[in-house]
Amino acid sequence: MRSFNFAAEAEKVNPLIPHTAELVVGAIAFTLLFLVLRKAVVPMFEKAFTARTEAIEGGIERAEKAQLEAQRALVQYNEQLSSAQGEASKLREEARIQGATILEELRTKAQEEAARITATAHASIEAERQQAITSLRNEVGALAVELASKIVGEALDDQARQSRIVERFIEDLEKSK
Amino acid sequence: MRALANLHAAGAGFVPPSTNDFNLPPISDSVAWLTKPVLLVFLSVIVVSTFFVLSSRKAAVVPSRLQFAGESVYAFVRNDLARDVIGHDFMRFVPYLFTLFTFVLTNNIFGIVPLLQFPAMSHVGFPYVLAIFSFLVFHYVGIRKQGLGKYLKEIAFMPGVPLPVYILLTPIELATFFIVRPLTLSLRLFANMFAGHLLLLVFIMGGDYMMHDSHLIMKLFSPFSFAFGIALTFFEFMVQCLQAYIFTLLTALYIAGALADEH
Repeated sequence: MRSFNFAAEAEKVNPLIPHTAELVVGAIAFTLLFLVLRKAVVPMFEKAFTARTEAIEGGIERAEKAQLEAQRALVQYNEQLSSAQGEASKLREEARIQGATILEELRTKAQEEAARITATAHASIEAERQQAITSLRNEVGALAVELASKIVGEALDDQARQSRIVERFIEDLEKSK
Repeated sequence: MRALANLHAAGAGFVPPSTNDFNLPPISDSVAWLTKPVLLVFLSVIVVSTFFVLSSRKAAVVPSRLQFAGESVYAFVRNDLARDVIGHDFMRFVPYLFTLFTFVLTNNIFGIVPLLQFPAMSHVGFPYVLAIFSFLVFHYVGIRKQGLGKYLKEIAFMPGVPLPVYILLTPIELATFFIVRPLTLSLRLFANMFAGHLLLLVFIMGGDYMMHDSHLIMKLFSPFSFAFGIALTFFEFMVQCLQAYIFTLLTALYIAGALADEH
């Protein structure tokens, strides 16, 4: 080790031989710096790094969660939509069927009514006819009596003609009947 | 050229800077060990710790300007040196590598900081200390990881080599691990800082000498010497950063090698 002898300025010093003091100072200084940096600096920076990583990862996680939620909402919405559509089509179908039934019912009812009316009409017509026949008979009888009396009242000169008249009359009556 | 040579011969002559220019006298005669490089080393400790303590004190997720500056340096050592080189379990070595890098870098840069202008690492004692620390760290790590016997065996007898080759390989490997590595680590740093400072001295002192020379030609050429000195200062800055990086990188590599199961 070289000592500090600066009086001999001209003396050639070997730069590869260290000063003892510098070795000691170097070791102390480096150790001091090491202790300070390890104790006060590295943990603080590491803490900031961890916090930053967490903040970034937390942000990503939050975004992922939001996306998941949105997807779930979309699925739910789609489900609701399709179920609503199904419901609507079911209702429509039901309504159609119901409408058809009602229509069918109405038609049957109308037909029945028509049949009933027709039947009533027929019946009344028949009754009226019967009534007409009856009244006609009575009338014809009266007429016949009237006629007979007329004929009888008249001179029965032509026996044969008279009998023909009566016969024709009867015949006509028969025919008209 | 001849005129210049004659001038040198005639006048008092230019005394080129030598190793003696690195041998600075103590600041006070009563304390022999307190020299400029010793003071600079202590100053570097104060500067580095103050800067990083201040920048990391209120370390937040969103960094302030100061925190960003400190953090960038820290992240560089942590991620680009420690993590990328050592890999798994690198955090154990981050404080050491971080101290190494900032300590060497600051002391190197002191070489071109006005008024300070002396790289402490050009005094071989400091690089020796750092190399010894790195030497102890990487051997300690290797021994802790693999056990003393296995660690030495792995170094001396590299597996997968034919037997006769060991005659050649074993001495080389042993020398590499125990002599060459610490020696090159310290001497590389020392020599770069020493030579760089010497180079600056040559051009600045040379320019000064020429400026004060009585001859006009010498005076005219003096600015070129100064200009070259300034250009070299920039170059020195690059070398200073590079040497701090290399010292730290090699230490990280040695640690990674000691941690690896097979090298």
